This record gives sequence, structure tokens and C-alpha cells, in this order.
Amino acid sequence: MKKTRLDVGFVPLLDAAPLIVAQEMGFAAEEGLTLDFHSAPSWSSARDALSFGKVAAAHMLAPVPVAMALGLGSGPAPLDALSVLSVNGTVVGVSRDLARRMRDAGHAFDFVDARAAGQALIAAAPEPLRIGVPFPFSMHAELVFYWLSALGRPSPQSLSIRTVPPPLMADAIREGEIDAFCVGEPWGSKAVESGMGELLLPGCAIWAFAPEKVLAVRRDWAEARPDLSGRLIRAVWRAGRWLDTADGRSLAAELLSRPAYLGLAPDLVERGLSGRLTIAASGETRTASRFVRFHEGLANFPWRSQAAWIGSQLAARTGLDRSQAMSAAGTVFRSDIYRAALETTTAELPAGSSRVEGSLSSDSRGATARGEAIWLRDDFFDGRTFEPPF
Amino acid sequence: MPELLTIVVVEPDPDRARLIVEALDDSGDYQVHVIAERAALARQIAKVNPDVVLIDLADPSRDTIEELTLATGPLDRPVALFVDRSAEGLSTAAIEAGLSAYVVDGLTPTRVRPVLDAAIARFRIMARMRAELAETKRALEERKVIDRAKGLLMRARGIPEDEAYALLRRTAMDQGRRVADVAEALVTAAGLLG
Repeated sequence: MKKTRLDVGFVPLLDAAPLIVAQEMGFAAEEGLTLDFHSAPSWSSARDALSFGKVAAAHMLAPVPVAMALGLGSGPAPLDALSVLSVNGTVVGVSRDLARRMRDAGHAFDFVDARAAGQALIAAAPEPLRIGVPFPFSMHAELVFYWLSALGRPSPQSLSIRTVPPPLMADAIREGEIDAFCVGEPWGSKAVESGMGELLLPGCAIWAFAPEKVLAVRRDWAEARPDLSGRLIRAVWRAGRWLDTADGRSLAAELLSRPAYLGLAPDLVERGLSGRLTIAASGETRTASRFVRFHEGLANFPWRSQAAWIGSQLAARTGLDRSQAMSAAGTVFRSDIYRAALETTTAELPAGSSRVEGSLSSDSRGATARGEAIWLRDDFFDGRTFEPPF
Repeated sequence: MPELLTIVVVEPDPDRARLIVEALDDSGDYQVHVIAERAALARQIAKVNPDVVLIDLADPSRDTIEELTLATGPLDRPVALFVDRSAEGLSTAAIEAGLSAYVVDGLTPTRVRPVLDAAIARFRIMARMRAELAETKRALEERKVIDRAKGLLMRARGIPEDEAYALLRRTAMDQGRRVADVAEALVTAAGLLG
């Protein structure tokens, strides 16, 4: 069978794994697709490559299509999220100087308790606290805002979130431009390796089920090519299922470390995949069991309520109307297209497309549209819940 | 007469920066600032308060500029990537040339067009130069590997140089591979065998 070639953009990060695995392990081929990868040096260039039609689909920060729907940032053509590529996977780190002050004050760096870590950070940090994130519209930025505002550091007076490209994060700390950072793996581990910082908390300690990256396409493309988008969704869904197996993870570390993808040592890539991270140059390690998820707990389902949460957060800090922002955001996560694509497979699908975010404080068995599945905990560290307007 | 357009060029390489500035000077009268230092880029740009920002598409610092597009950012005017509203294909041409341009909303396309045309033309030339340089480097590397492989064959088999090269070429032809690839494999294998 002649395969259809699709140009796909990605940023060299651990969580580009589902797309790379879909191609390398033959899941794309099963759907008659060949993925031609285009590595992007920055999120804005990945977004533009997609907007201007240089690529058909891309690995994208979940908040980017939402921000575009809200008219924030640049980007000419509206984007939609066909599925969630990964849940969680970010890590918060602090400069060595700040880490030392926190340790001196008695913080244990347990890598679990977001409240204790946040309070220790606030107590030890200068005013304002400056945190580097990779992009203004990113789950990194949203998690940091949510976490520190809940602990009483309202932005922008006492908290400054700065955009720093991950490769330049080390310089930014050295130059005293930032005190802390939130990045995706393997950049957190790289920061530890280069001796510039220590890891404080995995993103999942702030929100246990945060949609991190999405499979993004142009809205007009999704609507004009339902067959192709369906094939792509299925290929990536199977890749995610494979990735959430133990064998899958260690093989994936090898695949991802190739020069064409991440070009980094497999052991560095494996840290995030296994959830066992070295948090300081001294070699101390911590394990986060749900550091990043590619499949488990219906991780790929693009919940409209997730998009609404992002929209609501973005609106709150940019002064937009909150309810308008939530409705606009909800249309961007295409649970309708996702459902249609997986109808013919064994995939479990939820009965509804929106839920109360943050309501599960432990994993539980629950009903899906056709059967049962394990639902993973999705609580926020402060126990608040988010009820979407639809 | 409207005020001069203020243009910021973000380019750490002084030679490339000079080429871009020259191209802009040739195309019109502008106030051009070059920012070479990437630290605190957003604040540096905000201080100049430019009408247009030009930056290499491959520069990772580009994401920092996105920060300025936030309404609550330090710039009092929003900045947006130039969109094809009137000038057909201009953004696509820019992207193909490897250029990203940020243009303050509300600036008339007639004022921006010559800036972008000049920058696009210059970026195309630079992209070609970059490709040529990479190609030359690669050819040089291959040359070196082939010379080493020839040396290995000459020593191992006691044959002269032209025979060693002929052997490499014949093997490459038989296997349907490039001479450089066969040479590379031989050098690697010799390294492994000690």
C-alpha cells in the first residue's frame, strides 16, 4: 500500500515521544502514514510552521491553541488539539544558591509536597521571585501561576514569570536573571547535570493530571481531512499505549536519544521516562510515579474542561472576560474528532467530554462509554476543583 | 511626514548583523538597532520600543519575544507576527527565507513592505551561504575519512594509493553505497579492531 506522507513538527523534548514512536515502531505505517519530522528550535517557530502550512501536524504546548483562540500572542490560522499527547512531565527547579538557602531553612526536597515546597521557596526567595518558563503560553507558566498564587504570591507584583528558552536557562541563572525555572524533561535533568540548579518538584505534584502537550493541527485542515486526522490520532494513540509499558519506556529512551530527535545520552532521556530523577549534583535521586503519562487513565482524551481551565487561567492573568474565554477555549480541544477516530478501536472513551477537573484525589475504577477503566487521580495540590461552564 | 520606522535586529553574529543592517540602509531610511546579547532580550527590546523586530527563525530566543505579545507585557503596543492581510505571500516568503518578523499592529503594510522585502532578500542569501558552508565542511570531512581509509588499505595490503582508491570505489559500486560511506565503515571497523 502506498503510504501518505505527513509533515510533522516537533520540539526536541521527551514528550515528543508519541509522534516519534508512532513512526519508528510502525504504528503510523499501520494507518498507511509516513511521518516526516521537522525539528523546531522554538515553540513560536513550531506554531508558525503549522499555521503557515509547512507542516500538517505538530507537537504543541497545550495552552498554545487555547491562547490563539483567545487572540493572545501571534499566529494567523486557528489551531485545534486533536488529542493530548502527554499528561504531566514538567519539573520545577531552583538555583543552587536558592536551594542552599531552602535546605538551611530545613526544607527536605521531598519532591512530593507542593505546599511545603512552595512555602519554603517563597520564604527563601528574593522579592520579586523570578521564574523562567519556556513559553508565555505553556503549562509550565500556568502551573507556576496556579501554585504560587494559591500560596499567596499573587502576580505580577511579587512574582515575575520570564520566558527563557531551555538551552539558555543555565545562562539566565548564572547571570542572575532568574531564581527558579519550570521546564520539560530532559532540560530539568540537564540543569542538574550542568550543576546550575536543583530540582524541587515535579509538575504532577501541583496538578496530578495536567495536559502538557497536544497533537495540534490547523482547524481548516482538521475539517477538510477527517480521514487523515483520524489515522493520525489512532497511530499516536497506539504509540502512547506502547509507551506506557515498561519495555516501551526503555526502548523509547534509545529511540529518542538519536541525533535526528533529541541527540542526547539515553540515560539522560531515561530519567524523565522512568520518573526517577537525580535532583542535585550530589547525586540524590527522587522518584515521581506519575512523572509523565502517555496513555494510562485515558490520558489522550482532549477534555473540553481541560481547555476551559487553561482559558480561565489565561483570562485571569491577561484581563480577558473569563466566561467568554472558557467557551472559546472549549472549542479548541476536539473531543468530537477524537471520539470519531477511536470509535472503531478498543479504546475506552468517557461518556461525556467535560468533567469537574481536580475532583479525584485517588485512582479509582469507573465507568466509560463502553465499559470500565482506571481513572487516575487528577487533584490540584490545594484541593480546589474546577467546574467548567459546559 | 511620519516618523522614521524603528527596527530591531536580533543577531548575535556581528558579520550577519552587518549584512542585514546594510540591506536595510540600502532600502530606505530607518533607525536600526542591533541586539547581539540575548540576556534579558524582552526588556532590551521593550526599551527600544521598535515598530519592527527581525530575528532568525532558527534562533531559540525568539520565544522570548513572544512574551512581548502579551497585553500585559512591558510594551505598551502589542506586537504581532506580520500576517498576510494585504501583501500576498509575504509571511510565507519570510518563513521560507528563515526570517521571523514582528510588526506592531496598526502599522500600514506600505511602510513595512520594503523593510521585509530587503530583509527577506538578505536572509535568503545568508541561508544559501550557510548551506554552502555546511556542504564544503562535509566534503572536507569526507575527504579526510577517504584519505584515512586509503592509508589503512595501503598498509594492510601493501598496495599503492591509486589501487587503494580503486578498491574503495569498486566496493562502493558493488554495494551500491557512496565511497565516503565505505571509507567511514572501514575506518570505524579498524578503530574497533585496534
